[in-house]
Amino acid sequence: MTPALETQMLVKRFGGLIVTNEVSLSVRPGARHALIGPNGAGKTTLINLLTGALTPSGGRILLSGEDITDTTPFARVRKGIARTFQINQLFNDLTPLESVMLAVGERMGHGSRLFRPLFADRTVSEEAAALLERFRLADVMCLPTRDLPYGKQRLLEIALAIALQPKVLLLDEPAAGVPEEDRHEVLAIVRALPSDVTVLLIEHDMDLVFSFADRISVLAAGRLFAEGTVEEISGDPQVKAIYLGDAA
Amino acid sequence: MSAPHSQIAAAFLRRKAAWTPLEAGLWCLALAAAFLFPSQQLLLSEIAILALFALSLDLIVGYAGILSLGHAAFFGVGAYTAGLFSLHVSAEPLTGLAVSAVVAGLLGLATSFLVLRGSDLTRLMTTFGVSMLLAEGANQAAWLTGGADGLSGILLEPIAGTFEFDLWGRTGYLYCLAVLFILLLVARRIVHSPFGLSLKAIKRNSRRAAMLGIAPNRRIVIIYTISALYAGMAGALLTQTTSFVSPDVLAFHRSADVLLVLVLGGVGYLYGGIVGAVIFTLLRAWLSVVTPQYWMFWIGLILVALVVIGRDRLHPARAIALVRSRLPGRAGEKAVPLSEDSR
Repeated sequence: MTPALETQMLVKRFGGLIVTNEVSLSVRPGARHALIGPNGAGKTTLINLLTGALTPSGGRILLSGEDITDTTPFARVRKGIARTFQINQLFNDLTPLESVMLAVGERMGHGSRLFRPLFADRTVSEEAAALLERFRLADVMCLPTRDLPYGKQRLLEIALAIALQPKVLLLDEPAAGVPEEDRHEVLAIVRALPSDVTVLLIEHDMDLVFSFADRISVLAAGRLFAEGTVEEISGDPQVKAIYLGDAA
Repeated sequence: MSAPHSQIAAAFLRRKAAWTPLEAGLWCLALAAAFLFPSQQLLLSEIAILALFALSLDLIVGYAGILSLGHAAFFGVGAYTAGLFSLHVSAEPLTGLAVSAVVAGLLGLATSFLVLRGSDLTRLMTTFGVSMLLAEGANQAAWLTGGADGLSGILLEPIAGTFEFDLWGRTGYLYCLAVLFILLLVARRIVHSPFGLSLKAIKRNSRRAAMLGIAPNRRIVIIYTISALYAGMAGALLTQTTSFVSPDVLAFHRSADVLLVLVLGGVGYLYGGIVGAVIFTLLRAWLSVVTPQYWMFWIGLILVALVVIGRDRLHPARAIALVRSRLPGRAGEKAVPLSEDSR
């Protein structure tokens, strides 16, 4: 089966520093794939390479077998890659409703409509409202995003990505910074993501990784260090030494 | 739950795009001014033209986040086009206005590629550079523009063959006001459209906008072109109501003034240009009588005070919204922000 997302010998250098070192990663369609690694392992760089925020120094990136190495970030989104951000990147003075409508509208190609009022675009507003309801954001959808509690903002991050109906979803530490009492809400949403969406999860929280992922890749110093099932990785002494040992 | 969420959403969006009483009142007042102040029609025209010019700047500064220090380029090109058109082709004002809009719009389209990349500073410099090129060009091409003397003797036919330009300038003011009103309606439509929303997203966080699949460049080219078109019409109105064009329409101070006007009135809610133009023009008229030498000093002082104190605390519309939200009996209802940055 063609992998949903694949990198072939992906390299990123910043001057003499090699941050991503010949990473060949393969994520099968529908996977719940986790990418773990100590701080500075190059996880966020890898995400930025996958989404097009950074240009690789070498190697290729394939989306469902199609080479997307040289495409722009927004073109990749249209082809089906969406991401969330480790630190919220939301439109603080727009409402969640407007933000999600933006994503839904762009997906439908309504974004270049100049003279049609937003409120007349019922297909978009209805889909956005339904999605916000699913993400338990319906009661706050008409408030400025900055007034939302942090946990809700994290949910909105994920909702924006899901609104794009991606084939591949890159989740960058979805529960980072969420207060303990709101965590279950974010985790429930992550677990309930549609099964046909391929998810690549970047995470520090081992409990979340072990309960969510069906496959784990370990990144260390820019290299793909190990890959396997949850059992294989959690039982691997070398992984423990490099990653879990460092984290403790 | 009283209504399905989709209905709440639709109602919210409709409310956000709805006319406010304040808005309607402003237009009634503007129309009434044509009859209340018969001796001030020229000043009123000046305000309407400046308001339109500032509105055009607001479209790029307030909605797309593109700072310009050379917006007079489009204003000036519109002004010269209107003058040349009426001298050499036809003295019909509406056609002249349309032709000026197209010419300025084309210039906007051609130069929009210069503002796609770079920081605020590079944009300030490239827009400034373009306007300086044109100003010098107009000065040198005396065979076409009359050089430093400008173009005079511009006589116009009645508007639509009916409304003759009168000596007191009432027709001129009503003409300017009508154009301003129509263009504001169009701008209103644009900023409340999906396109307008995507501009806000690009302005606030273009990296995030790209991650929603928004290709920013095309959107910026479109709004920059529309803004240039608006500015060109403002310039054309100046030519048509004063029957005169000089290189002054392209001068640097025009670009600076219009930015000042916009900041005075407030960026990003469409009416900032109008409010700013009223304040600026009236202040200038009043101060230049009281202290003819130092009026710029006072304008400068007000500008600094505005930035230091913060507009939110000075702006009447926002003050009203604030009071309203605290009135008893409406406590259950959330105040709807007047604009996205009204907090």
